[in-house]
Amino acid sequence: MANTTLTQPKSFQEIILRLQNYWAEKGCAVLQPYDMEVGAGTFHPATTLRALGSQPWAAAYVQPSRRPTDGRYGENPNRLQHYYQYQVLIKPSPPDLQELYLGSLEAIGIDMAMHDIRFVEDDWESPTLGAWGLGWEVWCDGMEVSQFTYFQQVGGHDCRPVSGELTYGLERLAMYVLGIDHVMDMPFNAPTAPIPLSYGDIFRQTEREYSRFNFDVAETEILFRHFEDAEAECKAILDHPATDPKTGREIVMAHPAYDQCIKASHIFNLLDARGVISVTERQAYIGRVRALAKMCADAFVLTEAGGAGA
Amino acid sequence: MDLLIELFSEEIPARMQARAAQDLKKLVTDGLVEAGLTYAAAAAAATPRRLALTLEGLPAVSPDRREERKGPKVGAPDKAIEGFLRGAGVTRDQLEERDTPKGAVWFATIEHKGRPAAEIVAEVLEATVRGFPWPKSMRWGVGSLRWVRPLHSILCILTDEHGPQVVPLEIDGLKAGDTTRGHRFMAPGEIRVASFEDYVAKLKAAHVVLDPTERAGTIWHDAQQKAFALGFEVVEDAGLLAEVAGLVEWPVVLLGDIADEFIELPPEVLQTSMKEHQKFFSVKNPGSGRIEKFVTVANRDTADHGVTILAGNQKVLAARLSDAKFFWENDLRQAKAQGLEAWTDRLGNVTFHNKLGSQRDRIERIAALAREIAPVVGADADLAAQAAKVAKADLSSEMVYEFPELQGIMGRYYAEAAGLDPQVAAACEEHYSPLGPSDDVPTAPVSVAVALADKLDTLTGFWAIDEKPTGSKDPFALRRAALGVIRLVLANGVRLRLDQFIDAQLLKHEIARARADDAHETEIDALEQTLQEIAKHGVFGAAFDVVLKALHKADKAPPTHDGSYLARVRETMPDLSDDLLAFIHDRLKVHLREEGIRHDVIDACVNMPGNDDLTLLVARARALQAVLDTDDGANLIQGFKRANNILAQAEEADGVEYSYGPDVKFAEDETEKALFAALDAAEAKIGPAMISEDFAAAMGAMAELRGPIDAFFEAVQINTENQILRRNRLNLLARIRDICLRVADLTRIEG
Repeated sequence: MANTTLTQPKSFQEIILRLQNYWAEKGCAVLQPYDMEVGAGTFHPATTLRALGSQPWAAAYVQPSRRPTDGRYGENPNRLQHYYQYQVLIKPSPPDLQELYLGSLEAIGIDMAMHDIRFVEDDWESPTLGAWGLGWEVWCDGMEVSQFTYFQQVGGHDCRPVSGELTYGLERLAMYVLGIDHVMDMPFNAPTAPIPLSYGDIFRQTEREYSRFNFDVAETEILFRHFEDAEAECKAILDHPATDPKTGREIVMAHPAYDQCIKASHIFNLLDARGVISVTERQAYIGRVRALAKMCADAFVLTEAGGAGA
Repeated sequence: MDLLIELFSEEIPARMQARAAQDLKKLVTDGLVEAGLTYAAAAAAATPRRLALTLEGLPAVSPDRREERKGPKVGAPDKAIEGFLRGAGVTRDQLEERDTPKGAVWFATIEHKGRPAAEIVAEVLEATVRGFPWPKSMRWGVGSLRWVRPLHSILCILTDEHGPQVVPLEIDGLKAGDTTRGHRFMAPGEIRVASFEDYVAKLKAAHVVLDPTERAGTIWHDAQQKAFALGFEVVEDAGLLAEVAGLVEWPVVLLGDIADEFIELPPEVLQTSMKEHQKFFSVKNPGSGRIEKFVTVANRDTADHGVTILAGNQKVLAARLSDAKFFWENDLRQAKAQGLEAWTDRLGNVTFHNKLGSQRDRIERIAALAREIAPVVGADADLAAQAAKVAKADLSSEMVYEFPELQGIMGRYYAEAAGLDPQVAAACEEHYSPLGPSDDVPTAPVSVAVALADKLDTLTGFWAIDEKPTGSKDPFALRRAALGVIRLVLANGVRLRLDQFIDAQLLKHEIARARADDAHETEIDALEQTLQEIAKHGVFGAAFDVVLKALHKADKAPPTHDGSYLARVRETMPDLSDDLLAFIHDRLKVHLREEGIRHDVIDACVNMPGNDDLTLLVARARALQAVLDTDDGANLIQGFKRANNILAQAEEADGVEYSYGPDVKFAEDETEKALFAALDAAEAKIGPAMISEDFAAAMGAMAELRGPIDAFFEAVQINTENQILRRNRLNLLARIRDICLRVADLTRIEG
């Protein structure tokens, strides 16, 4: 199985490019990141919304993700408040999805004959999205390199057919493949490039700034207000009748409403990082975001892309 | 014939495998037996990718069977008879008329021809797969079949002396066959199988050990060998061993090093991090007593004998532990520089519950309560209050944020680092205990004071906001908290009047709420004054009435008319308190059941004064149970009940209460005189015994009444014509009742 002719990648971006090529060859539409702050690649509407309804789907993309509580001022070798996920969503899940996935690991230079790959139970649940699925975290020599999930429900809707979702934590995976101990030392472009740039050259500054901002500066009063605004806006968008008075067309605005849901979710994460949300309140906030996600899912399945009338 | 079934799927969660193998065995064998197919032996096994079942000694065909079915009466309407014929699958001329006690009835004899084993197996296996009781199951692709993860193939063969036969079977497009696959990476090809022995042998050749016990045995053996060779020992962990055995088909044990820079981390941190995140076993150096190495279990052999795999695992561990070390050092620095109270202060920003304030508010309440409880449990009041103030400080630490299961354990380390009193440091760890029915109960007085205060504040808090457990729902673990109070009190022989503390704590919650709701200053003031008086009066109601009386006299009374805020508090508070105490009594019944103390025995003791002192209550219950376990005791109860019943009937019929003392001069019979003497003797013993709380002595004295009471009832008629004698005898019964009821409410005893 080992493809010995394939050379080892030399940089972070080469690993991304190889994944893009691999999944493109396997027939996925290679999309671009969503242009909003999200906590994980799953939040991209190409996953959350497209996992709903009956229309077939196959997409792969990089998604910058933010987890304010994981900020470590750029000092921790493995933790970042801003990082990249690689996300693949295929609907219906093909029977050989595990083999396809393992092929992608080989494509980025992991030799199956020398490493210990394991599928360890990890039932995925996103309380904020009202979504859950069964699957695994995939371990390579004891390190979690991906999440592998068969979506069962999103936004409170049963997934029929079922989507298979793959999420790669790109920094962690790349550090392992490249043999790097500190994320900031990882070559971002080719080390032989005229101007070689490390991950740290690009992100050390921002990690420091955002860590301070996320933990101690983000104005919680404003954030609480923004949360309320996003929540109200999401509901207001969906309250509009489906018939657009200007064009006379049926236009359910699931995506604009979902943007507000994404916003509320990110603001909640920031508030969480500021340590101003208690364990019990957490549940209430998560419930409010979930209610938005559910409304957006309800709206999406009424659209053409969501399989209405199919 | 022998049957072999294998259900081959994507990776089955380790924790579900053992149960799933047993379920497969039970469902298939039950189904076969029900269909008339017996078997000689059965065995099931699971690996991460397969469930397997083998049955030996099946007949090729199930035996013929006759079934007799009773039908409608002879002469019943045609419709009824036709329905019966349809159901039984027979024709009218096959019916037989028989006489029964209810008249002539039609009977049908149905012949069930034996069916081929393969046909039955196919039906049973399909039903088993479709109805399999996975704790969680899923759909995949476009299908509707549910399995724990996608099911890829079904192997199902019946083997006899002519060789194997595939059982014809198809479930949602999956056709049963006689092939499987080996190890995912080491031998992924297809394998054709002829029998169970063949299956096990070929799997092993294809790097799959089918038997989970064998895999666990190999792992444990190899791990110990490798550690032993270096003079180290593996820390036992049966749960982890079972889990790891469920993660591999081909276990390969690798022993790795923990880098020196991490060895100084607390052992709990090392162990938790390695187990929770990496599923590593901890390996101890008996010389230093520290955890210095780890064991990981890979799922394959490699050309470099695991060097690459181990290097990867060590790297992952180093990353995990450098995180842990970062937290540990940061936390220690803060604990030393600012003390733990700074962390507690930060908990002011963390809401405990939106109706019960912040964590810090809660800690303040616990500290005040711990100070009050301290003298009762023999703890220094200042130390107890100080301990309560810092006991939850570690919730602000980075380590506990990362590893919530280390709460308390880290608190102790940090308290020690901050130079706090060892009793305070111990309380940080111990005040959470006991967490479960088998968890150790703290005995150090400061720990006991904080642990009790913590649990009582939680219970009263959630009672005050009406968030009691209902049915199976107990989101705030209040049953556990109540059991914690019970075990803390009993294990330490604590003499705590719970009523007083429950009332005071409930009132504190009420005052906090009154403040938040902007109650009038005079109302809050009345409640505050009541709080000061509770200790003196024992309960809220009495204290409240005294305070209001005084306020009225001074003309400063807040409104207390019907429907006013204070009238409502006056009315609801005692009920709330009673309800919480009853909840604790209910948990006590569950707790004492294991000890062999019956629930009605506890009821009999709960109905006595002082029932909020659990130590006293249980001493009484134990003594009563011990007496009931004797012949005298059991019979005395009968005698008591007889006396009580006769008395109750007479009292109702006569409309009087027989409470005048009986007079021995009206005693006619010898047994009657003897009973007088026995009651005098018992009373003389019971009185002092009750005062000194020597329930065993009191109950023993009571049990001695059995003989005289039995003899009395034997010889004497109570309801005699002579009214003087009758009244005197009824008064004598009343004395029996009064004396017995002084030790426990025996009317509650069942049977």
